[in-house]
Amino acid sequence: MYSFDIERPKSVADAVAALGADEAQPIAGGQTLIPTLKQRLASPSKLVALSGIEEMKYVRRDGDTLVIGGGTTHGTIARETAEHFPGLAGLAARIGDPAVRNRGTIGGSIANNDPSACYPSAALACGATIVTDKREIAADDYFQGMFMTALEEGEIVTEIRFPIPEKSAYMKFEQIASRFPLVGVFVAKFADKVGVGVTGASNDGVFRWSEAEQALGSNFAADAVSGLTAPDASDMISDLHGTGAYRAHLVGVMTKRAVAAAS
Amino acid sequence: MTEVTMTVNGKSVSRPVRGNELLVEFLREQLRLTGTHVGCDTSQCGACCVHVNGELVKACTMFAAEADGAEVATIEGMANADGSLNVIQQAFQDHHGLQCGFCTPGMVMAAAALLKDNPTPTEAEIRHYLQGNICRCTGYHNIIKAIMAASGQDAGKIAAE
Amino acid sequence: MPKDHGIGASTKRREDVRFLTGTGNYTDDINVYGQAYVHFLRSDVAHGTINGIDTAAAEAMPGVLHIFTGKDFEAVGGIPCGWQVTDRFGQPMKEPKHPVLAHGKVRHVGDPICAVVAETLEQARDAAEAIELDIDELPAVVNMAKALEDGATLVHDDLGDNLCYDWGFVEENKEAVDEAIKNAAHVTTLELVNNRVVPNPMEPRVAIGDFNAASGDSTLYTTSQNPHVIRLLMGAFVLGIPEHKLRVVAPDVGGGFGSKIYHYAEEALCTFAAKALKRPVKWTSTRSEAFMSDAHGRDHVTTIELALDADHKFTAVRTSTLANMGAYLSTFAPSVPTWLHGTLMAGNYTTPLVYCNVRAVFTNTVPVDAYRGAGRPEATYQLERVIDKAARELGVDPIEIRRKNFVTEFPYQTPVAVEYDSGDFHRLMDKLEAAADFGGFAARRAESEKKGMLRGLGINCFIEACGIAPSNLVGQLGARAGLYESATVRVNATGGLVVMTGSHSHGQGHETVFPQVISEMTGLEEHMVEIEHGDTANTPMGMGTYGSRSIAVGGSAMVRATEKIINKMKKIAAHLMEAAEGDIELKDGSFSVAGTDKSVAWGDVCLAAYVPHNYPLEDIEPGLEETAFYDPANFTYPAGAYACEVEVDPETGKVRIDRFTTADDFGNVMNPMIVDGQVHGGLAQGIGQALLENSTYDPETGQLLSASYMDYAMPRADDVPFFKVDHTNGTPCTHNPLGVKGCGEAGAIGSTPTVVNAVVDAVQSGGHKHVTHIDMPLTPGRVWAAMNG
Repeated sequence: MYSFDIERPKSVADAVAALGADEAQPIAGGQTLIPTLKQRLASPSKLVALSGIEEMKYVRRDGDTLVIGGGTTHGTIARETAEHFPGLAGLAARIGDPAVRNRGTIGGSIANNDPSACYPSAALACGATIVTDKREIAADDYFQGMFMTALEEGEIVTEIRFPIPEKSAYMKFEQIASRFPLVGVFVAKFADKVGVGVTGASNDGVFRWSEAEQALGSNFAADAVSGLTAPDASDMISDLHGTGAYRAHLVGVMTKRAVAAAS
Repeated sequence: MTEVTMTVNGKSVSRPVRGNELLVEFLREQLRLTGTHVGCDTSQCGACCVHVNGELVKACTMFAAEADGAEVATIEGMANADGSLNVIQQAFQDHHGLQCGFCTPGMVMAAAALLKDNPTPTEAEIRHYLQGNICRCTGYHNIIKAIMAASGQDAGKIAAE
Repeated sequence: MPKDHGIGASTKRREDVRFLTGTGNYTDDINVYGQAYVHFLRSDVAHGTINGIDTAAAEAMPGVLHIFTGKDFEAVGGIPCGWQVTDRFGQPMKEPKHPVLAHGKVRHVGDPICAVVAETLEQARDAAEAIELDIDELPAVVNMAKALEDGATLVHDDLGDNLCYDWGFVEENKEAVDEAIKNAAHVTTLELVNNRVVPNPMEPRVAIGDFNAASGDSTLYTTSQNPHVIRLLMGAFVLGIPEHKLRVVAPDVGGGFGSKIYHYAEEALCTFAAKALKRPVKWTSTRSEAFMSDAHGRDHVTTIELALDADHKFTAVRTSTLANMGAYLSTFAPSVPTWLHGTLMAGNYTTPLVYCNVRAVFTNTVPVDAYRGAGRPEATYQLERVIDKAARELGVDPIEIRRKNFVTEFPYQTPVAVEYDSGDFHRLMDKLEAAADFGGFAARRAESEKKGMLRGLGINCFIEACGIAPSNLVGQLGARAGLYESATVRVNATGGLVVMTGSHSHGQGHETVFPQVISEMTGLEEHMVEIEHGDTANTPMGMGTYGSRSIAVGGSAMVRATEKIINKMKKIAAHLMEAAEGDIELKDGSFSVAGTDKSVAWGDVCLAAYVPHNYPLEDIEPGLEETAFYDPANFTYPAGAYACEVEVDPETGKVRIDRFTTADDFGNVMNPMIVDGQVHGGLAQGIGQALLENSTYDPETGQLLSASYMDYAMPRADDVPFFKVDHTNGTPCTHNPLGVKGCGEAGAIGSTPTVVNAVVDAVQSGGHKHVTHIDMPLTPGRVWAAMNG
């Protein structure tokens, strides 16, 4: 790693102030950033560690919305959303491994928007709101392609608000080495609509599969997906772990299975 | 350099650390606790697993500065007070749950964290829990058996089914 | 009642205590006072001409002590190759120089160009970024067939082509094999890839060079399976340091699987730099470096033809293989696709005629060398896959066709040079059939189908050649080393016994098992016996641990040395009891005179040897220390029969191993618990190769695409089931004193065809009859594509 200082603010306000410094960079759980730093692919002058900010660590229900602090770890989310939002709990419980889940946070994942991250599919499918230290952003506006988000320099994801679906499930087909999703599909059924968020598959990052949303909106059953044309294979990632055609096919399979598993 | 203070295996230590100093570097180089190993640089192998405030953490993917004020437990602190192997360590020896020993400290720390949350895990739960701990020697068979045995289950019977 | 000590007991491992408490002593745990750190600047292109290296700015950076380049090593030797293969035409293989640091050209991604030595590792890395490299990138050759085409880019310009050798075996049989295939009632042909894998012991390699200016002695601490071999290769062939001025220490080593046999450039660099700079110099590989600098394994492309007569007896086998050597010849690379491969092509069968052609090819990839099994997995995979395919084509039972062709009488002289001393393949298959419950398979398949899953059953038989190896034989085949093993046994004045062995344990458990053997021979309790290994300063010259040889060869040396000790102690006891030497018996740790109640305790004999007051000094020397070198008379031939059941998800192609059953013949077994563990580990590695692992290069650029655990799939706990293993009632080896055959590689050798046979069976059961083969690794994407192709 290049050399840098590290600062551990106790509040969001202090973190924002610290991030004002030249080349300062926030670090959430660090489960993606630290390996990147080891490879010397980033050279911050200062890391602002968000892990000490207690005010960003919470899970609470607010009416029909589940509100999660940006600094909440996957492990905590897996435990504390199980009752109200089992689909999200199931997603969180299968991110990485137990040690990663004890450090990695939802805010870090949403801010990084890795094309194979799990949460963005849930955020899109549910129509979540991403809250930062400055503003609130609708999920549809927030995710802007691989590693691209609406965040500005130094802006911190402080909270994510998920409308709680009637039924939901996440199905992840793992890439065999990293165990990240080769294709991950989050299906969320609300009274008036169905959301289908797909991660891992597309060259454009996480996306909503609108054909499936429509089909499932009128008939929330696995069979409703069977007749659909898979997303265009040429839009899908093709790499040593799977062709675009395979990923496109898996989008359909995982959607079907998520519908069947939704609770 | 910033000064950090933490409790490691029950003893308080204060040392200056570099901003980019990983917890595993702090443990191995400053404290000479070389039982915590480094087997990869992408946070996957789990040879560096320790407990921070009672939770399983990869010491290669956390900065020492972030452990300021924390309780850290490493493999060196796992034995019983009289120096004998604790129940998990003993089960690993009894069931030949290790060969070269390099992944072993991480495995023991992961097993301890699992059994704290789930005192009688099923085979499938153990296998799932160990996703972040890679062993190249044992084929995992005897590691799973050892963890089941440490939790008081009849591992031999389950493995034979 | 199972034994509780000695040979055959499942004695718990004494080494576990230190590993379980974090007090092991691995090479990276060693810090030498005043050490500096080295960082290697490695090539990021697969192939290029080095026009210039400007280190001036880097040399001036904080903490930098020195920057070494290829020029510094012009005067010393290259990294040597330990095996010379002679080709079909009687010519020696091509053997390009493998410089310690790249000189003139870089030939693979990861080829070390500069070694930066600095006070801290980060300073060395900072300085490495300031080195200005002027490299003209050249086209890379990755694919072996393309590398052999006319006009292909040359990895080594002066060789004229990329062919290392064109080997034929048994060359005299070639025409007869061609004839047999032409006249066969049926010929089954299969083209297959034995995928390139990365050994990945969990401990990355480490080297620390140290130089004692007062004595002029060099010490190298290194992660090695064979410190004496490193001392000889590096001392004699690279750096010109005689053995008495060079000590090599391999302390606790975290796994090897072959990859820590070889002498690597980093070892030579650290030793050289320590002497040049008068500072200890330490290098610790990162996992990322390991992927591009540890020798890889396998990487063969083969066409195999199996000829059968009308009665389904095998009449001939013909193979044609391309074997990847990578950019340079690693220590034992040339032997793997030849003598460790062709000699096993008869398998467990009476096939009278075999011809293997192997062309070894240089490419712009990391060197390839022996990996757990080494050549024998490649042989087994081809043979057992083609037999399975033949059974399908002929509509016969895959077990029956194998049984029909089994060798049944031993010793058996194969048509491929080796002579099997013992075995019982029908008994192995009988045991497997019972243990794997083949009778219940149909019901299990029906259950799977109800869940929408395809279930398949794969079986496999194999034989290995282990206990490597008779020196005079391997010498004729091109080995540049002897393959004996050594042991010194020292009994101390107060009765404790120490074995100093050239074998090296990096997970095998020698510290536990060797004392079991001594205990059996002497009656001493196991805790009275200590094993020393891993340090050339206190062990006799030995060849180390690989090829399932520790107990078969190293154990035999220990037995021989212990016999010498016992004979001497009997002489002393005879003197003490005023009896005839021939009447002395050793039992339960005391010496007695046959037919009398006279006895003398072990400890009294020891004391007499070291305090020789009442002692026949005119006949025997004082002291109790004996050394033996054991050179095996033949290879050993472990064999096995394996079965695997898989479930394939037809919608995704994902394969799940449901059950895996083995029946192995390892001859006599010293510690069943440890042998179980060796089989489990080998199985997981073979399953990893079959389903997950693949070292993938970009075919155009030669970039390594699977360069970390993010893209290289290691088997994890949920990729494998509990294994059902059995190795009871083996047929003892007839030519070594313990009757042992070796167990380290069996699992890795026997498992790949078992898994692939099972997956093909499953896929065919789903109606995909056109799928007769899928190349490893059988990833979900590949299996899905095969079904939907």
